[in-house]
Amino acid sequence: MTDRTAIIEARAVEKFYEQPDGNRIQVVAPTQFSIFPGEIVALLGPSGSGKSTLLRMLTGLSTPSAGEVLWHGKPMGSESPNVAIVFQSFALFPWLTVLENVAAPLKARGVDVAERKKRSMRVLDTVGLDGFEAAHPKELSGGMKQRVGFARALVVGPEILFMDEPFSALDVLTAENLRSELLELWQNKRIETQSIFIVTHNIEEAVLLADRIIVLGKNPGRIRTDFHLSLAHPRDRKARVFIEYVDYIYKVLTQPDAELDGRIGTLAKTRDPGKYQMLPHARPGGIKGILEMLTDQQGRIDVYRVAEELGLESDDLLPIVEATSLLRFVNVEEGDVEITPLGRQFSNADILEQKQIFREAALENVALLQQIQKALLNKSDRTMPDEFFRDILDEHFSQDESDRQMETAIDWGRYAEIFDYDAGTKRLFIADESDAGAAEVEA
Amino acid sequence: MTIPPLPPRLTRIVPARTWPILTDIAVFASVLAGFFGFLTIVQYWFGGPTPQVEISRSVSALPVYAFYSVVRLSLAYALSLVFAISYGYIAAHNPRAEKIMLPLLDVLQSIPVLSFLPGVMLAMISLIPGRQLGVELGSILLIFTGQVWNMAFSFYSSLKAIPRELREASRIYNFSPWHQFLDLELPYGTIGLVWNSMVSVAGGWFFLMACEMFQLGKRDFRLPGLGSYLQTAASHGDTRAILLGLGTMIVVIVLLDQLIWRPVIAWSDKFKFEQTESTAVPRSPVLSFLRQSRALSILHSKTTGPIVERLSQGGHSKPAREKKRSGGRSAALWLMAALCAALVVYALVQCGLMLRELHVEDLVEILKGAAATFLRVNIALLIAALWTIPTGVAIGFHPRLARLAQPLAQIAASVPATALFPIILLALIRMGGGLGIASILLMLLGTQWYILFNVIAGAIAIPSDLKDVSRIFKFDQRERWLTLILPGIFPYLITGMVTASGGAWNASIVAEYFRFSDKLFTTIGLGAQISAATDAGRFNVLLLATIVMATVVVSINRLVWRPLYRLAETRYRLDA
Repeated sequence: MTDRTAIIEARAVEKFYEQPDGNRIQVVAPTQFSIFPGEIVALLGPSGSGKSTLLRMLTGLSTPSAGEVLWHGKPMGSESPNVAIVFQSFALFPWLTVLENVAAPLKARGVDVAERKKRSMRVLDTVGLDGFEAAHPKELSGGMKQRVGFARALVVGPEILFMDEPFSALDVLTAENLRSELLELWQNKRIETQSIFIVTHNIEEAVLLADRIIVLGKNPGRIRTDFHLSLAHPRDRKARVFIEYVDYIYKVLTQPDAELDGRIGTLAKTRDPGKYQMLPHARPGGIKGILEMLTDQQGRIDVYRVAEELGLESDDLLPIVEATSLLRFVNVEEGDVEITPLGRQFSNADILEQKQIFREAALENVALLQQIQKALLNKSDRTMPDEFFRDILDEHFSQDESDRQMETAIDWGRYAEIFDYDAGTKRLFIADESDAGAAEVEA
Repeated sequence: MTIPPLPPRLTRIVPARTWPILTDIAVFASVLAGFFGFLTIVQYWFGGPTPQVEISRSVSALPVYAFYSVVRLSLAYALSLVFAISYGYIAAHNPRAEKIMLPLLDVLQSIPVLSFLPGVMLAMISLIPGRQLGVELGSILLIFTGQVWNMAFSFYSSLKAIPRELREASRIYNFSPWHQFLDLELPYGTIGLVWNSMVSVAGGWFFLMACEMFQLGKRDFRLPGLGSYLQTAASHGDTRAILLGLGTMIVVIVLLDQLIWRPVIAWSDKFKFEQTESTAVPRSPVLSFLRQSRALSILHSKTTGPIVERLSQGGHSKPAREKKRSGGRSAALWLMAALCAALVVYALVQCGLMLRELHVEDLVEILKGAAATFLRVNIALLIAALWTIPTGVAIGFHPRLARLAQPLAQIAASVPATALFPIILLALIRMGGGLGIASILLMLLGTQWYILFNVIAGAIAIPSDLKDVSRIFKFDQRERWLTLILPGIFPYLITGMVTASGGAWNASIVAEYFRFSDKLFTTIGLGAQISAATDAGRFNVLLLATIVMATVVVSINRLVWRPLYRLAETRYRLDA
């Protein structure tokens, strides 16, 4: 890679938040990589791995807490890089027409009205929007709106076209259509951008589009693997090589603690989990669902196939797999999920027994739930403000993440009848005075 | 102003160009009329010292008086708009200023505006002595203080609510601050500003009536306008003049609604931040009329267009990245903050010195008054809630009734209570009632509409699924009200009550103390004490009473309304 000069280079960039008590919440660990001309780079990772944060640091929207971003070898800020972003939510100005939306970046650059119109119309033509220039965004379908988003990004002729989950707000067919059109424009060199950087949580999308894939891990966000794909376009989803790539990424994502040696297809020993346990954001209903499916499928299944059969995005599926494995209802190995005897027992139980099994598994394996139960039992009135536990979580996670942790803990705690929560007073409590476990009595 | 549409056959014969020319003539005529009006106003303002304006009761004076009142209101509103936008902008963009500006807004919103009256007037007259302009500016400033805060708050919260990705889009493409303001921030805040403007202008009428004619010590201030006309007519017991004045006011309010608010609401609809097009789009014939005007579009392309263009390009050379704070600027900021703090401390010391002249009995009197007014405000709120909840729910549940009742209620609500007050008092005194009852009635008149309109909106928002459930399970009336209707309208009811409560406190100042044909009517109350202190020029009592009222209003907001509001936003939200 050294023979080419990078357009952009991230040198040990990281993002962290300093807590008032001196504690540091690391969102993105020191990260190193470059983007070169002529490649499509896909950034994959579970939610909370800092994908968007990384994209915002590369584009200059957010400043790294440490390290620096270089554009053509010069630090960012000394000159303003020519970049564009296509947003997940389209981020169009609803009060401007399609043409005005596309022309807005040129207006900011001081291009005169006639030239602005000429260039915008040309781009609108390229993305297939001619005839829509006088429409307002709210008159357009989602796919058409994102075309406007593309046109607005392309009109400035960006060196790198950044895309933040550009297709995930669209339905499957529209997304497929837009993806292939983008690829066609790129391959026929009809758009003047040297490189494309796409953030996505859709594994197939990454393998369909990218020349190079970077997979991030979470807590803190860090690069787990960064590899090139040797696959000619157009790519066939059914091809063996294609499936191998997808399988490999699933393997990487389902074993968040495995150390990778860089070669595709191999995963090595598990990293030491010395950190505060992070609850995967899954609902008990989802856990039940996947176990039922496993029981139907003779107890063992490829994660990729689960995603396909349930029509779930990896972002929705992976937390469920992780949670099921955390509760020891399944074992995850090399991208395969296998049900354990406990999992089978859970799956075959009736509703009350399920709660009981879940309760035992949760109290045995989930540190946060143990802590909450212990704290509540130690109080004479068996009630505590949720603020108390949020404070503990805040020492380990960012504000958003600790909110999500609390939300999941409450969800699990309520389902397993370990404790209940009053949203009005924001207090956790154990309702039954004589016995902490109402569920045990009922069961 | 509205031209009846041509019959379909005629439009085909008449060439298409006729319309724009007609509109152009109308537009030019209005501009000319506006200029003439401006000249009249200027002539009158600089017309030399006329401290004692005689208010005529003749019909021929009415159009001019109405014009004066509208100009006063418009100027105050324009001032409010500019101030609200600047205030909201600074508060939203400067985190350090935000910490001070937001609580300040909360307090300023709760201070009874009418107790500013003597201070503002005296300051203005001493600044511009011997001219009508001083009194005039004073009244404009007062109306301004009555209507600006909610607008500022609305613009601030709109700016804060702008979706992150829209902000990022304008940053990644290097929009200059002006470009961002014109293409993103102002449009995003427009709808909130429009609705708050309507509320503010309605409030403006209320204060206009009160501050066109008042006494300060031995000095008698009068401004020619609808408010002074009505007061003069009432104090002479001239029923014909009262009716004429009221009629004129209703006509003016309806005209403003049709010619200004309807078109503005229809126009602002394009700023609605929504993903899909809504089915019910507000329309206004006046707006489509203006849109056809060729003169206006030429004017736009020759003047405002290029200006906006120039402003938008201001920042294209330098990137709008995350700002780094410079040491020099923050030093200047500290200096300014220290200066402000010194001024505040000085003012506080002066206040303290002034209050030291007061006796304990004064405080006791004022607290008694506060208790009486508290009681009166709450009785007014209770009565308002008692009749508006059933009525509002009935209207909201029956669309046909709503179509009939809403315009009527809107007209009734638009008549400022202060205008009706002399008449109501006259009637009550003839029937033998006192000011104690009359003042409750006045508060009621001024504030019940907020509750009514909110209840109607709440009842309309209750999903029909829930209504069906209550029907299928055969809820009885009691259960229906307790489980469906009251919780359903709760958030709206609270919103209405908050506004009504603030309005009622403010109204107490005019309601509890009234001079009528040289006779003085007064009842015990904080409002009466404020007015009496104003009349007698006892500024220390005025200061203390104002502080007490502001404290009471702020504490009620904090202790009662805010928790209820939070409850409404969490437990009783229907979309969650």
